[in-house]
Amino acid sequence: MLYKTHISVKDLNVWYGEHRALKDITVNIPDKKITAIIGPSGCGKTTLLKSFNRLLELEDGVRVNGNVLVDGEDINDPKIEVTRIRRKMGLLSQKPQVLPMCIYDNVAYGLRLHGLTDKKALNNIVRHHLEQAGLWDEVKDRLHSSASKLSIGQQQRLCLARGLAIEPEIILGDEPTSALDPFSAEHIERRFLELKKSYTIVLVTHILRQAKRLADHVIFLYMGELIEHGPARQFFEDPKNAKTKAYINGQFIEANNDGAR
Amino acid sequence: MEKRHIEEHFYKILMMLSAAVVVASLGLILATVFIKGLPALKLDMLIKTPQGGYYIGKGGGILNAIVGSLVLGLGATFLALLVSLPVVFYLHLYLRRNSKRAVAVRFFLDVLWGIPSIVYGAFGFTIMMFFGLPASLLAGIITVALLIIPIMSRSMDEVMRMIPFELTETCFALGSTRWETATKVIFRQALPGIVTAILIAFGRGIGDAASVLFTAGFTDSLPYSLFKPVATLPLAIFFQLGTPFPEVQDRGYASALVATMIVLFISIISRFLSKRFTKNIVK
Repeated sequence: MLYKTHISVKDLNVWYGEHRALKDITVNIPDKKITAIIGPSGCGKTTLLKSFNRLLELEDGVRVNGNVLVDGEDINDPKIEVTRIRRKMGLLSQKPQVLPMCIYDNVAYGLRLHGLTDKKALNNIVRHHLEQAGLWDEVKDRLHSSASKLSIGQQQRLCLARGLAIEPEIILGDEPTSALDPFSAEHIERRFLELKKSYTIVLVTHILRQAKRLADHVIFLYMGELIEHGPARQFFEDPKNAKTKAYINGQFIEANNDGAR
Repeated sequence: MEKRHIEEHFYKILMMLSAAVVVASLGLILATVFIKGLPALKLDMLIKTPQGGYYIGKGGGILNAIVGSLVLGLGATFLALLVSLPVVFYLHLYLRRNSKRAVAVRFFLDVLWGIPSIVYGAFGFTIMMFFGLPASLLAGIITVALLIIPIMSRSMDEVMRMIPFELTETCFALGSTRWETATKVIFRQALPGIVTAILIAFGRGIGDAASVLFTAGFTDSLPYSLFKPVATLPLAIFFQLGTPFPEVQDRGYASALVATMIVLFISIISRFLSKRFTKNIVK
């Protein structure tokens, strides 16, 4: 392997009731790289992403078997404290989900949760992350007004700041730019490229061009199966599998859904 | 005219008629209570307890019942809240959305909601007998709390169902425990709805006669002990309307006016309060 591994998935199967959403997935996610998970809608991209921080278990009738190792530790081990695993990962969802509190408290929420109470320290960290998210100048005069009043693009940047404030090791993005205006989307993409120096990033996307722009490593899923994965350049320029080739060229997918947009 | 258009008009008129029934019911009830009650409503009624011979037309008022109902209603609402909040948090954060246990709890709450309040009264009475408790404020509070728990819980439950699942997911993703998610985030998001649920339950609680008939008893004095009987407005109305004296019956309507005003006032406050709490709500 060329890369150091951060998340290691072994024989992962996920069922929603009778429906088998992921089939024997074995794949390694490299450390401090951007890994894009691509594939048509309903292929299990988001399921795979959510299996990393055990968000799947919140849903009805979900069964998971197989191993997901984060830093060599099996996260599905019953002895594991799940909040500690989740704290290692910041999640950016498709539609930004701000908390029902003011802008400041949104960023401070995670910090307070994990025991930081010192006001000055909180102020500094909140400011730092809002600046990093390119949001500080836009919100510095209304830190204590409701976060839900921000535009969608601002909300997503706030969510990124909130996620990074708790100092995770991994950033999980579930089509994080799909609801955003072009400006905000570009901002998030640029941030991802900077962030990969210090974070492992896993990005679910149905936008092939986005995967090409950002990814170092690509995982292609189709109908719950891992079809092909590998370094981005090789994946896009010289795909091994016929299905991958077809998907990249936008052939069999576009006929029945918008997955290859 | 085409058949489709006739159909459209027919059903539209049907819907408007139904809406008119709702508006007219409230209007007529208010009008009746006002027309019959207002002339008999004297200041004395609001600030005095019944004097000797009140129920045959002599002086006094229904302060005992007004205060009694408010105290009983507040106590019962508080008790019901202590049960309802944990129930809805359990339903929404500790159980999966459609787990067997959640379905069962909702079903039981719905059944409880449907049980007539006189049955709660009888049940409360049996329990009182068992513990040797006399008809009292405490027994009334407990019985009314039981009556309004399903109302309060299910109203809160419906409010919480409207909260996007992604919000819960986001909290967990940030490393919150279930309890932290419930109290720091979901509670805030649901607060306007929770306030409304509390006030609806309170309104139901102070308006119910059958559940307090055996359990709270009745008295002409103001409530001063949890273990002594307490007067309530619905029973005061019932007793006054039940006398053969027209002037006492009129006072019954005046008491009904007081009770209606209290409930109306609560509805208006609930609207006002839930607006105030929407400041940070995520839409």
